[in-house]
Amino acid sequence: MSLLEIKDLKVRVDNHDILKGINLTVNPGEVHSIMGPNGSGKSTLAQVLARREAYAVTGGEVLFNGKDLLAMKPEEAACEGIFLAFQYPVEIPGIGNAYFLRSALNAVRKYHGQDEMDAMDFLPLFREKLKLLDMDEKLMNRSVNEGFSGGEKKRNEILQMAVLQPRLAILDETDSGLDIDALKIVSKGVNAMRSPDRAMIVVTHYQRLLNEIVPDFVHVLANGRIVKSGGPELALELEEKGYAEIEDTRQPMPA
Amino acid sequence: MIAADEQIGTYLELFSQFQKRAPGHDVRWLRDLRESAFARFCEVGFPTTHNEDWRFTNVSAISRATFELAPKSAVAARDLGSYRIANAACQLVFVNGHFSRELSNLGDTSPGLTVSSLGEQISVDPASLEAHLGRYLNIQRDAFSALNTAFAEDGAYVHIRRGTVLLNPICFLFISTARDRPVISSPRNLIVAESETQATIVEDYVSLGGDATAFCNTATELFAGDNAVISHYMIEREHQEAFNVSTLRLQQERSANISSHSVLLGGGLVRNNVHPVLAGEGSECLINGLFIGNGHQHLDNYMLVEHASPHCASRQFYNGILDDRAHGVFHGRIIVHKDAQKTDAKQTNRNLLLSDDARIDTKPQLEIYADDVKCTHGATIGQIEENALFYLRSRGIDEISARKLLLLAFASECLERMAANPARDHVEQLIHGHLLKIANSTKNLAKLTTEDRDRNWEEIG
Ligand SMILES: Nc1ncnc2c1ncn2[C@@H]1O[C@H](COP(=O)(O)OP(=O)(O)OP(=O)(O)O)[C@@H](O)[C@H]1O
Ligand SMILES: [Mg+2]
Repeated sequence: MSLLEIKDLKVRVDNHDILKGINLTVNPGEVHSIMGPNGSGKSTLAQVLARREAYAVTGGEVLFNGKDLLAMKPEEAACEGIFLAFQYPVEIPGIGNAYFLRSALNAVRKYHGQDEMDAMDFLPLFREKLKLLDMDEKLMNRSVNEGFSGGEKKRNEILQMAVLQPRLAILDETDSGLDIDALKIVSKGVNAMRSPDRAMIVVTHYQRLLNEIVPDFVHVLANGRIVKSGGPELALELEEKGYAEIEDTRQPMPA
Repeated sequence: MIAADEQIGTYLELFSQFQKRAPGHDVRWLRDLRESAFARFCEVGFPTTHNEDWRFTNVSAISRATFELAPKSAVAARDLGSYRIANAACQLVFVNGHFSRELSNLGDTSPGLTVSSLGEQISVDPASLEAHLGRYLNIQRDAFSALNTAFAEDGAYVHIRRGTVLLNPICFLFISTARDRPVISSPRNLIVAESETQATIVEDYVSLGGDATAFCNTATELFAGDNAVISHYMIEREHQEAFNVSTLRLQQERSANISSHSVLLGGGLVRNNVHPVLAGEGSECLINGLFIGNGHQHLDNYMLVEHASPHCASRQFYNGILDDRAHGVFHGRIIVHKDAQKTDAKQTNRNLLLSDDARIDTKPQLEIYADDVKCTHGATIGQIEENALFYLRSRGIDEISARKLLLLAFASECLERMAANPARDHVEQLIHGHLLKIANSTKNLAKLTTEDRDRNWEEIG
């Protein structure tokens, strides 16, 4: 059974049709990259999969692990194994990072009937993941993302993913704003999580990320539709020619 | 204003009986103090909303009611279990304003500390009180302070002698019990902290046995001598029909440092007056507060910060969380007297409104008569951020827990300003429990659209 099956998904935001019929199948073990121009709907798709309620689904269906994803609340989707690394991670003053992460892990554990972890049990796991992402433990005593640099925020997203061990990770421009060293660290963290029963959707504008995290498939999302799919070579082609050509051939503009 | 109210006659009757039997009725200065206070009360009567200081708070439910003076009454010790405070140095218990020796825990005697009830102190040694009692509270400007003074007979009395450092909190528990008829109680507390002392005081107001009409009109005078470092906590958690007016008058001598923490969780009609006078050079005060209202609670915070000497600093931080039809008020008045050069005064009021019907009125009022001062103020009103809520939920945390976390994060701004102490642990526990209840009331779970995102926080004032 495929892990994720998106069939003719249509989404409207504030009376604008943003996604106009997306079809995508993701099997366990696969890495899919989604590329596309600004404003084409990539983040919208990512947020809908993470069940952001403000985005109204107007058509289609999504099965995750055979279950109706669109009927789930965000917390249910997360507990079922969906993880979204945000394009713009949210700062939450007053909630400690470590505390937040442990609460999240315990929520997921509880959902699966596992015992909750106290701070002592959690510490070794936590330290191991911090090390993987080359993060300073001091950051963890601060509020969630508050005052973090752009790179620290992105690393923090991957840290959360590494702790929560999702079935499907959706990375929304996790590479944007990273210098090459940080990009390598983040990619190492992501690659460490590739496994035959975990899948990933990597949203990016840049080939340089796909050099590090080599995808099995590349899709181009333009104007609310997937207009082209291919292998890793498609990303190279896009880098060279840009999106304009693909969009033009698929969607001739009315005169 | 003319005291046209028909109820003044009732108070007159109550007062003439009271003056005959009250402790210290034969002590000249005390009798004069009560009489002049009562005269002042009759002269001004209860305030109306035409009075600028009461613009947002209508007290007609109090002024129209016919109260009796709360009689002495008994409470079973086992009913107090949940109101004990872990690691308190002592806990004085008052039932409807009257000291209960049986219920109190007077703690270990320390040579530098006298803790007793004001009633007993008046009976045993009234002369010891004359230098401070009634010296600070302004009965001219506030009818409730005048009324409290007129009927002052009991409350807590604490005297901390020079150089005494007390780590565990000195706690007072004020219990209102349900009576058949509406009652008024007038606890009056006096805390004298001599120079170089350090202590924490907790006033905790609770109700027992049902939500009958009761009015607790309480006042505290706290004198902090040179270099004294004092924390004061006021906790209001009476039932949702209770009337509670409290006035905390702080008198700060040279370099005295006071932190006032108000935590309002309960009460129906609540007025919390905090009035520090920075009388000595270099004194500092932190005025920190958290008010959390739901149902139809009305929680009014009136701050009057008087800078009377140079080089003093005041910091006001009040956070409000309002749900349902609750109405919060924050009135922050700062007066900088002519000689108070180099004053550094700051005021911040932040509010979270959880429902469309909840309301906050916030009003800064700066009166500056010195020329070399720094005064800033700011206020914000916002909702729970949909972004933050979604972020937490996207990690598996359920909506109620996520809301509770966000409310707690907002409240923790106030908690973090409290020094580590058993008193802080106590209020922290109360706040956690209370916010869980608020987060659980699912009737108003956030249904914000993306449009709302941009106007989540609004700067006002
Ligand atoms: N809250 C909103 N209100 C109105 N329009 C919105 C809202 N959020 C997104 N949109 C619109 O939806 C479209 C798709 O946005 P989306 O963020 O999904 O694009 P994207 O492909 O992720 O772009 P980028 O590459 O810049 O991140 C854009 O036209 C955007 O302006
Ligand atoms: Mg995007």
